[in-house]
Amino acid sequence: MSSVDHYTGPANLPEGHGPQELPERFENPGLPEHKPRMGDVDPKVDKRRERIVLALFGFSTLGTIGFLVAYFALPTGKDVETIHRSNLWLGLGLAASLLGIGLAAIQWAKSIMNNEEKVEERHPMASRPEVREGAIKNLTDGAKDSGISRRGLLKSAVVGSILLFPLTIAVPLIGEIGGDWNVSKLKHTMWKKGLRLTQDPSGRPIKASDVTIGSVWHVIPDGLDKTAQPLNEKAKAVVLVVRLDPRDIKSEQIPGASYEGILAFSKICTHVGCPVALYEQQTHHLLCPCHQSTFDVTNGAKVVFGPAKRPLPQLPITVDDQGYLVAQSDFDQPVGPSFWERLR
Amino acid sequence: MKSIAARRHDRRAPLVLLALALLLTGVLYALAAPGRADAAPLAGQADVAAGAKLFQANCATCHGVGAVGTSVAPSLVGVGAAAVDFQVGTGRMPMTMSGPQAQAKPVQFTQDQISQLAAYVASLGPGPEIPTAEMVDPSKGDPATGMAIFRTNCAMCHNAVGAGGSLTQGKFAPNLWQTTPTHLYEAMLTGPQSMPVFNDANITPEEKRDVIAFISQQGGTQPGGLDLGSLGPVSEGLWAWVVGLGLIIGAAVWIGAKSS
Repeated sequence: MSSVDHYTGPANLPEGHGPQELPERFENPGLPEHKPRMGDVDPKVDKRRERIVLALFGFSTLGTIGFLVAYFALPTGKDVETIHRSNLWLGLGLAASLLGIGLAAIQWAKSIMNNEEKVEERHPMASRPEVREGAIKNLTDGAKDSGISRRGLLKSAVVGSILLFPLTIAVPLIGEIGGDWNVSKLKHTMWKKGLRLTQDPSGRPIKASDVTIGSVWHVIPDGLDKTAQPLNEKAKAVVLVVRLDPRDIKSEQIPGASYEGILAFSKICTHVGCPVALYEQQTHHLLCPCHQSTFDVTNGAKVVFGPAKRPLPQLPITVDDQGYLVAQSDFDQPVGPSFWERLR
Repeated sequence: MKSIAARRHDRRAPLVLLALALLLTGVLYALAAPGRADAAPLAGQADVAAGAKLFQANCATCHGVGAVGTSVAPSLVGVGAAAVDFQVGTGRMPMTMSGPQAQAKPVQFTQDQISQLAAYVASLGPGPEIPTAEMVDPSKGDPATGMAIFRTNCAMCHNAVGAGGSLTQGKFAPNLWQTTPTHLYEAMLTGPQSMPVFNDANITPEEKRDVIAFISQQGGTQPGGLDLGSLGPVSEGLWAWVVGLGLIIGAAVWIGAKSS
């Protein structure tokens, strides 16, 4: 049943409430009746409200005094404890000092100053008609004087030069983006055949026999320090090495890429490139700390949870004649997150 | 003898024979097996015997008689004294209930009993030993080197200052501030539960001491005030959004409300 039915249907409504009585527009009911506050009628309450405001100002004064006392009485020494103590009491004093003033001001305005409702009508925004006409006349006079409608070439020149000016900002901006558009940098790392795996951060080479089951090694390429931009190279080349019981390996990402259960995976998440380094020894899961992507090391580092879409690329490894772990080659695919030209 | 011969066609006979054969093998192995005391020549025989008794009473239910492991708990042969000292010394073992991971709780044994248990488990097979006091002395380590190693190997789970962090399915890396230097060393060496092992070739004993030196300087008083658990954006965000924003909304409501 709609409200329209409600008004036209029943005929037994009391006199004066029939449908014919509804006005076309409701009148503005105006402000509600002003009700005086307790403090307006009872002087005792008014006095109490005043005391509350006084107390809040007093709180502020105490805060200021406390700040000054703390400043002189609690100097900072060389140990962290004194710095902590000084900061704590200075902060509390300052907070009380400012908060007291603010609270007192609001309480004063709310409970003591008069609270009669007032209506302030808006002034019209438009200027007077003669002012508006004068302005338009000025503009048309100026346009006529400049001769912009007669002198077509000048008109094109002014429009053209204004349109061309933004190029001075846009060209350098766009040019700088394009200046380093070298996608091949993202596709290759410094790993190459025979390059030793070394420990991050010490740079010690890693003997395959030292990589015991259950241990995890954070690896950088040998000679990273000697490259032109070690941090840029490290950001692409970091690798995590684990050794699994061969019985635990369900599938391999690249056949022949591991050495006696020792597997090396890129540490750069394929989602947005955080270092994937939380290794759970018992579940053999690798977690990314940023968005909880989880990779199963026993199953070719496939994604088992989270927003990453591709497995972590595997670094093919073997050992050299002295028993140290070395790379067989670079990664077989670009490491890290996707980019437009990734597979081109 | 005749009665036995008469029942040799009984259909239970193969089972009995199998049981007897297994028993014989076990006895022969026990006689021929190399002396177990060789594995831990330093531990006194009395300690090993006392530890064996404690083990049978408190651990064998899950870890099996002889600590060979069962379907619910791993074998302890070869885990070494360090693992026992860590697991029992931090109260993680014996577990009171199964769950995502064994959690630290009040220690149930005296240090002597823990040493006896450790001696017994160490006697089962060679494994990592309990470090000496000098090996874990934070004052002898270099906290700066320790920080570099901690950042690479530990911080992703245990947080940059060792405040701890969460893993998957209810597991977590605990806070390290209250852990004793010996237990820190043993945890790195043995890799309890989800934690990987960091053997002496991966993080050398000196580097382990550097890490301990770094951790010993964390978790103290913060110069700036509340550290909110040093958990970074999680606790700071919670504080800002719930407490900070709550106070601001409360103030706005109070300012807007009419005085009665």
